[in-house]
Amino acid sequence: MMQLEARQLGFRYHKNMPWVFRDLEFRVEQGECVSLLAPSGFGKTTLALLLAGYLTPVEGEILLGGKPLPRRGVCPVQLICQHPERAVNPRWRLRRVLEECGPIKEDMLEALGIERAWLERFPGELSGGELQRFCVARALMSSADFLICDEISTMLDVITQAQIWNVVCSEAKRRNMGLVIITHNQHLAQRLCSRSCDWGGV
Amino acid sequence: MEKRCDSPILEISGLSVSFQMYDNTFGRKDLQVISDLHMRVYAGEMLAVVGSSGSGKSLLASAILGILPKNAAVDGVMRYCGQNLTPAPQRRLRGNGIALVPQSVEFLDPLMRVGTQVDGHGKRPVKEGRDRGQSRRKIFQRLGLPRATERCYPFQLSGGMARRVLVSTALIQDAQLIVADEPTPGMGADQAREALRLFRAIADDGKAVILITHDLDLALAFADRIAVFYAGMMVETADASDFQNGQGGINMLRHPYSRALCRALPQNQFEPVAGFQPYAGSLPKGCPFAPRCSYRSQRCEQKTPPVRSLRGGEVRCFCADATL
Repeated sequence: MMQLEARQLGFRYHKNMPWVFRDLEFRVEQGECVSLLAPSGFGKTTLALLLAGYLTPVEGEILLGGKPLPRRGVCPVQLICQHPERAVNPRWRLRRVLEECGPIKEDMLEALGIERAWLERFPGELSGGELQRFCVARALMSSADFLICDEISTMLDVITQAQIWNVVCSEAKRRNMGLVIITHNQHLAQRLCSRSCDWGGV
Repeated sequence: MEKRCDSPILEISGLSVSFQMYDNTFGRKDLQVISDLHMRVYAGEMLAVVGSSGSGKSLLASAILGILPKNAAVDGVMRYCGQNLTPAPQRRLRGNGIALVPQSVEFLDPLMRVGTQVDGHGKRPVKEGRDRGQSRRKIFQRLGLPRATERCYPFQLSGGMARRVLVSTALIQDAQLIVADEPTPGMGADQAREALRLFRAIADDGKAVILITHDLDLALAFADRIAVFYAGMMVETADASDFQNGQGGINMLRHPYSRALCRALPQNQFEPVAGFQPYAGSLPKGCPFAPRCSYRSQRCEQKTPPVRSLRGGEVRCFCADATL
């Protein structure tokens, strides 16, 4: 069973800036769903960026199945961000955004409620919630083994939240993916996750 | 239900917003994004506007402030303290009488230190500037932002911190009406509550707050009334207490969509209704919720239900009596 783990992870954005965290240990197994709860400004998003390979650790290491994250190709750890408007190229039509990770899977569009007409639009012409569905679709259409969901549903209404989590969780179960869910909603964490990581006092 | 009988701070009647769009051919078409909206907000009241994304909630905020894009056409009457809100007064009132907490953290100027941004533009006397700085620090403290935040640039802030900075930009203005467009995503539960407590205090101070949000839990905890938006239409206005589940999970809601919202909460059934909100260009002829509604009848598909009063709230549904 593959696992994604952070070993004695330490990070700061600049050597003159304070540490965001140090000596952090975190582990998620394939097929597991872990929630991460912590107050804002605690470095949850930083951890998410590190786990998905967007940032390089200053101290410690991120290991996927005992090896560092691959530096080429599609990263097997995919991140869905908190702000979808920052995660897509504003000058690309959304069709191109989705096709970046391979051919578009129609059933995925259907399940996430993405209208065909939206594919021809630019990101600025869609609302945050609509854009977030594209980011979820993009992450799920890749062949990732782990998915980091960084507050992906805060901008959605509750019905869409329930729809999207249904899609994410059933897809994760089908492909035996590992999920890390960063959220502020305790009810949601209890509903979805098998294990909860409360960061109140790391 | 209305707390005071005097005139509302904001009164909107028959508001419609549509966009002129060019389609692929040479034609132009109108996209109606808000249709026939009636709303009143009184002094001392906090009205939460909830609904799915893309239902036109944020456009309502833009319409009130008069910052819609150029290709938008607005119809209907908006009054602020009895004064007609036309473009000229809107321009004058923005930031003076009406304050906005914008939805996206991208609204912060990336090249300006946060403290300066919150204080606002423009030269003012030294003393006033000092007072501003002091009240800014007080607000920052209440929102749990460390003092050093004022020296930071927006990119150095976390998502939740940037949100709190946006909230403080509205709180520092002495506005009669605050329109908060999704002020809390990304904040921790405690911070979101603290931010809403601040809004609540402003409302209790005799001002009015319109809180646009997806977070039904928060809205229910703090707002007096909840307005439910669906596909550009206000389908229900209800007291916050109507959303509480009573015995056997029965609540007092009137519209099937509001009930579906309640049912989809993770602490309730976490059960989505099938289907999706129709897009503005392809609205059904009658009630926009009819295709997903289990109570629909032929009448719902033919005609848009008018607003009517029911059990102390307002609802746009023919079958609202049958939903109980």
